[in-house]
Amino acid sequence: MTEPLLRVEGLRTWFPIRAGVMRATVGHVQAVTDVGFEIGAGRTLALVGESGCGKTTVGRSILRLTPAQAGRVTFRGVDLLALTPAKLRPYRRELQIVFQDPMASLDPRMRVRDAVAEGMRSFGIGADEADRTARVARLFERVQLDPAQIWRYPHEFSGGQRQRICIARALAVEPKLIVCDEAVSALDVSIQAQILNLLADLQRELGLAYLFITHDLSVVRYLADEVAVMYLGRIVETGPTERIFADPRHPYTQGLLAAVPSIDVEKRGAAPPVEGDVPSPSDPPPGCSFHTRCPAVMDRCRTDSPAAYRAGDRTIRCFLADPG
Amino acid sequence: MSALLEIAGLTVRFPVGDLDVPVVDSVGLTIARGEVLALVGESGCGKSMTALSVMRLVPKPGRISAGSVKFEGRELLELPVAAMRHVRGAEIAMIFQEPMTSLNPVIRVGDQVVEAIRLHESVTRGAALDRCRELFARVGIPDPDARVRSYPHELSGGLKQRVMIAMALSTRPKLLIADEPTTALDVTIQAQILRVLRDLQREFGMAVLLITHDFGIVNELADRVAVMYAGRIIETAPRKTILTAARHPYTRGLLRSMPALAPRGQRLPEIAGVVPSPAAWPAGCRFSTRCDEVFERCLREVPGPTVMGEGHHACCHALSTQGARA
Repeated sequence: MTEPLLRVEGLRTWFPIRAGVMRATVGHVQAVTDVGFEIGAGRTLALVGESGCGKTTVGRSILRLTPAQAGRVTFRGVDLLALTPAKLRPYRRELQIVFQDPMASLDPRMRVRDAVAEGMRSFGIGADEADRTARVARLFERVQLDPAQIWRYPHEFSGGQRQRICIARALAVEPKLIVCDEAVSALDVSIQAQILNLLADLQRELGLAYLFITHDLSVVRYLADEVAVMYLGRIVETGPTERIFADPRHPYTQGLLAAVPSIDVEKRGAAPPVEGDVPSPSDPPPGCSFHTRCPAVMDRCRTDSPAAYRAGDRTIRCFLADPG
Repeated sequence: MSALLEIAGLTVRFPVGDLDVPVVDSVGLTIARGEVLALVGESGCGKSMTALSVMRLVPKPGRISAGSVKFEGRELLELPVAAMRHVRGAEIAMIFQEPMTSLNPVIRVGDQVVEAIRLHESVTRGAALDRCRELFARVGIPDPDARVRSYPHELSGGLKQRVMIAMALSTRPKLLIADEPTTALDVTIQAQILRVLRDLQREFGMAVLLITHDFGIVNELADRVAVMYAGRIIETAPRKTILTAARHPYTRGLLRSMPALAPRGQRLPEIAGVVPSPAAWPAGCRFSTRCDEVFERCLREVPGPTVMGEGHHACCHALSTQGARA
């Protein structure tokens, strides 16, 4: 079997909770625990979950924007977490990120041409400034913006156009993988469709891989090849998108899918929602972290933590899937 | 049958640069007793401003420049300030997207609900607190006796929205205005809140004006739907008709562009371009800059409503030549 573009194993990112004058560590926010998945070149993995489940921290840990305490992030055969900052630098070019709020990720006083060209200059792409300007203009065409507008400021663009600028900035350094962290979540549905089509076109033409972090299941169903569902810092189920949506195996995945309001006029009010609230990641329940809300809870779920059981091309972290 | 709420010719103007822009333009709507009407559209289409007009809470420098808002036959836009204050809360209640910004962070949530009840009714504190506990239990707040003593920051987003719903319902209003009530919530919590709203709406026989951008929520709760674009209502129809047989090119485009309906791997049908800013709204039909089927007439003349079926109107020149003029 060929090596995937990105393989994440045993990733753990906990944040210390400090208290008192000595700032002693009194506990941890267990944002990400034992997370693992793979993304092949040119493929899309969606990391799905509700707010606070740790999906954004996974994205940031992979890019080393947030330090992880344990695990391996193997990108093209190299463990990024083990590299010195100097050795890591060339890989920063190959992994890029696009955030939810394009206004917050663009400097309001920097012309968009300079925002897009900044990464190129940093990595020595382009012969000189004139060449980089020409490259920015081509990137603008690539993301369907008017190249005559490259000297404008971010506030002169609409929300959807700003997200295109952020995508152009990510593409400027010719990455292999882009982490899209809720990249279409803030957009109106008519604009969201335009950006999703653009991302699909870019993937097909440039062979990009996406780690698509989102809470929006309809977007996941539409664009992801594989899905990893997160709950309270752990991945509870992974598998090919069609299989996950047709036959969710983990009770949380089942509840999550059933909770999405359907636009099928014959399906209304049928879904029994998952009860209760998500527990705090600083004090997760013992055993299976979902047992406090699970409709299928058994005695052992309250004390033992289930492993990620393999079932064909998917994994399920639930005793119901325990073959033994 | 007389309507509970009747909005006619409502126009709200905001100064934008040198212009005085009608961000809500000649909007007409009716809601019957016990009916759930969803007002749907993308950001900036004027749906929230329409709702705020009913409460006479349009933020300055905006103002209602024309129209009528009749509630049980009374003209709200001409009501004295004191009488309007009674209507707000006692007869029409409102809940918002972000419950944290609507709750006072330094007052216990029980006391806030008690205050709302006693503002409109002369009951003792103890009686109001009892009713608050009942309401908390009714909206699904676990352990209501303890929760009345909580401060807002001690509650999750879903629990805060339940407190807001309890407060809104505490005076048994005839109309609830819910402005994106679940947009800030996670999907499992959203499902819980939608169920609470649906159950209580039926139990109380309350009418609801539901503001949303999500057709899934429309399908869950609405009886009837009005779609807004650039300050105007462009199509009105019963829930099933909008979702299965919409006629206006904007409504159809909006539904087609939803990823929930698209087959995997195929391109999403886009609506070209962007919603124009209010200062740049075109003359004639405001959707003409993005529509696939533009006639010369669309650029000059504002399309009026054409009857497409039972309770179904659409404002489009392409349809008016086929259907009967309303």
